[in-house]
Amino acid sequence: MLSFNLLVGVCLAYVGFLFLVAFAAEKRAQRGKAAWLRSPIVYTLSLSIYCTGWTFYGAVGYAARSGLEFVTIYLGPTIVMIGWWVILRKLVRIGRTQRITSIADLISSRYGKSTLLGVLVTVLAVVGTTPYIALQLQSVTLAFAVFAPSTAEMQASDLNSTALWVAAGLALFTVVFGTRNLDVNERHHGVVIAIAVEAVVKIVALIAVGVFVVWGLSGGAGDIMRMIDASPIAAWEIQPERWVTLTFLAGAAFLCLPRMFHVLVVENSDERHLATAAWAFPLYLMLISLFVIPIAVVGLAVMPAGANPDLFVLTVPLAFDRDGLAMLSFLGGFSSATSMVIVAAIALSTMVSNHIVMPIWLNARQGGATVSGDVRNVVLLSRRVSIAGVLALGYLYYRFSGGGEALAAMGLIAFVGVAQVLPALLGGIFWRGATRVGAATGVTLGFAVWLYTLFLPSFGVGGVMSAATFEAGPWGIGFLRPRALFGLEGIDPLVHAVFWSLALNTAAFFLGSLLSFPRPLERLQGATFVNIYRYSDSARGWGRSFVEAEDLLMMAQRILGAGEAQALFVAAATEQGKAGYLPDVTPDFLERLERELSGSVGAATAHAMLGQITGGVTVSVEDLMRVADESAQMMEYSSQLEAKSDELERTARQLREANEKLTALSIQKDAFLSQISHELRTPMTSIRAFSEILMDGDGMEGTDRRKYSSIIHDETLRLTRLLDDLLDLSVLENGQVTLNARDASLGAVLDRALAAVESRAEPGALRIIRGEAGGEVALYTDTDRLSQVFINIVSNAQKYCDADDPELRIEYREAGGKVSVDFIDNGTGIPKQSQSLIFEKFARLTDQRRAGGAGLGLAICREIMARLGGEIEYLPGQGGAAFRVTLPTAAASAAA
Amino acid sequence: MGGRVLLIEDEPNIIEAIRFILSRDGWAVDVHSDGATALDAVTARAPDLVILDVMLPNRSGYDILADLRASEATEALPVLMLTARGQKKDREMAERYGASRFMTKPFSNSEVLSSVRELVGS
Repeated sequence: MLSFNLLVGVCLAYVGFLFLVAFAAEKRAQRGKAAWLRSPIVYTLSLSIYCTGWTFYGAVGYAARSGLEFVTIYLGPTIVMIGWWVILRKLVRIGRTQRITSIADLISSRYGKSTLLGVLVTVLAVVGTTPYIALQLQSVTLAFAVFAPSTAEMQASDLNSTALWVAAGLALFTVVFGTRNLDVNERHHGVVIAIAVEAVVKIVALIAVGVFVVWGLSGGAGDIMRMIDASPIAAWEIQPERWVTLTFLAGAAFLCLPRMFHVLVVENSDERHLATAAWAFPLYLMLISLFVIPIAVVGLAVMPAGANPDLFVLTVPLAFDRDGLAMLSFLGGFSSATSMVIVAAIALSTMVSNHIVMPIWLNARQGGATVSGDVRNVVLLSRRVSIAGVLALGYLYYRFSGGGEALAAMGLIAFVGVAQVLPALLGGIFWRGATRVGAATGVTLGFAVWLYTLFLPSFGVGGVMSAATFEAGPWGIGFLRPRALFGLEGIDPLVHAVFWSLALNTAAFFLGSLLSFPRPLERLQGATFVNIYRYSDSARGWGRSFVEAEDLLMMAQRILGAGEAQALFVAAATEQGKAGYLPDVTPDFLERLERELSGSVGAATAHAMLGQITGGVTVSVEDLMRVADESAQMMEYSSQLEAKSDELERTARQLREANEKLTALSIQKDAFLSQISHELRTPMTSIRAFSEILMDGDGMEGTDRRKYSSIIHDETLRLTRLLDDLLDLSVLENGQVTLNARDASLGAVLDRALAAVESRAEPGALRIIRGEAGGEVALYTDTDRLSQVFINIVSNAQKYCDADDPELRIEYREAGGKVSVDFIDNGTGIPKQSQSLIFEKFARLTDQRRAGGAGLGLAICREIMARLGGEIEYLPGQGGAAFRVTLPTAAASAAA
Repeated sequence: MGGRVLLIEDEPNIIEAIRFILSRDGWAVDVHSDGATALDAVTARAPDLVILDVMLPNRSGYDILADLRASEATEALPVLMLTARGQKKDREMAERYGASRFMTKPFSNSEVLSSVRELVGS
């Protein structure tokens, strides 16, 4: 008997060997020597993960129990492979051009990037695959149990820990080789090679056992044929509806199983590999099933009654002490189980990560994920966690389902589950009218029916469903009995479930599609998927293109600018060892050009432009969408720039205006200072000159001395007045003046002003005529200030009125809360061109001496009137000089 | 000493002062107060020296100076400029226009007198 420890040792060595193979393959792939890794044969062998541990061990058991029916499991995929031209080629083409990463991605992408569908298919896949992974763990543990020396030594807990170790080991392998890098194409060289090696091991093992059984235990082929005829297997009747259903189911599962989709489509590196696999894979299936019946027949004949036929491939060699053969057989079964689990874990983790974890994470980040390295790490982490999660689920399912028959039956049940994707899948790639609503409704309904008619009943009567539910339907509704839905009775439960789930699924899919209206993106994606061959003439990237380097140069110049484009082309030509500036249009060069261009116009646009020119790849809808996205971003960016530049221009204009204002103010200030300087220096000149004359004034006549002293005196007064006026004006202009408003009548203020003027002037020089006696208009104002204005106007008239018989008329008028006082003299008035100047500072129009003031009087008047809420203006066309003072009446002041 | 001085100035008290100072020193002083006709006055009086105020009614002293320097007859005529605006740029203006000397008000009497003597003597 084989030592159990030796078995474990060999097993570990085998696993180590697989690690090495995978590692070496990854290394070679990194160095770009992956050509042989990607041969059609490797592709075909990788498809063999279809044959799981369940197939390896279970097919013999199946044959022992149900005769030839197990063939249907191989028949379905064989038909699909032989007819690869119809469906597989299209799937692979779509997968390549649309960069599909999983079956959930394909469905989601086809139906307008539907998140809902992605999640739905992912959940379906997880639910459908978990029992299957559990099944693999069971097959490995059962196989270990066979080798265990005695049942006493091999407790159930040991089996469980074996399963746990296997699950952990598989998780480790999958994490190491399945999430090694983040390839956009989701290709895993190491994993694929390891699977191919395992495929060889399992077929060699099965054939070896078969040869041993036929030629070692029996008398050769003829003998075996006779034994088969004599065995109960030959007596099994073929049930046509079960055969058709199972064949169909196997074919559907072959397309829809996440792991199969992964190796068929995602890991496919060349569409032409399909042509080889189309005959090689059916051949593989034929070889692997060739000895199933002989082993079953011989096993039934030589093994004691009650021996588990599922384990004949192990127990028959062991019974005849063929330890080496048994070991090989064990490794075959181990290979079958592990390869399935590894690929399933990769496929599921991709789906879970892409459709569930990442959307949640991105949403949580509120679109803040901008650093690619950041995202990359999160993706890898979520993949790894998903892989561990998938395997943990499988292990837990194994533990809590209790193993045994219930689990063995799960294979087919899981097939039916994943087959629910089929209508949406086929409809999606062949029917443009298929819509998201249809797909979602179909998948959901099919999934629900599958749960109800097959999955839940599989736990047995009294498991999840009560006996009453089985017998009478839920709540006694007869036509809802899970095994006789809508009264369809008397047929096989599996056929029943397949029929109802897929029929209702398909019907809902069609109805939903016909009744709903696709969104634009959905419609475009639909057109792309259905007419994929039109959208992608070449299956090989930039490989087959006949574009002239010159065309590319012209385009590149337009985008990069002449200098940079030429430098790029010359550099590429030099690297290729060519003289001149035009390199050969190699795929490497095109990729490099695309990178350069994408720096300027965005990746999608660059890809689309090159695609258009080379004709190698027609622009896909998704490309166009990305282009539109990029353009939108650029437009957004440029409009932001435009707004910014507008803002800058506005700021610049404001600055310019402020500057102009400041300059004008500065000029005004300079002019004002210059004026003040002049006004101060002029009297000071006289004062200095005459005081010097007086100081050294020997022999000066008394009259002269008096005269000069009085000049000094007058000029001093003039200086004082000037300073007073300046201070007054400064206070008024700064608004710091305090007004002492009080009630007064206009007449009284005027009286006071006139009295003040007359006291200073030579009497009778200016005759003042007050138009209307009284002036009882009530005012509420600063009477001192108002009187100052009146005095200023009247004394101006005294100074400047040039009439022979000067007179000043004063009239007032009250209207609308305002009273206006007009002062009109009978002189020649102020020339028209000067009228606008008289209120400016230092605007003295006539000669200095007569004016006697500093030229600030009217400027001060204007400021005062503004403070009093009124105004002073010059009235043109009145004959002489005419000023009007307007101010609010007491009533109006109170109201304000 | 003794010569003819034309004083072009509009401020009566300053005219009075300069006239007194120069007369006492033996100069004949003519006075003109209007900027617009100042050139005519120069031609008519043919002075040995002109004392020219900058801020004149109707025409700027600088303009008058420029015209004097542009004319052959008066291009070498000594011109003493007076201004009440004592900024640096006023001095520069006066020099640019060709003033023989530039004085800022208020001036000292002896300064005026010595300037007139020097300018006519040279």
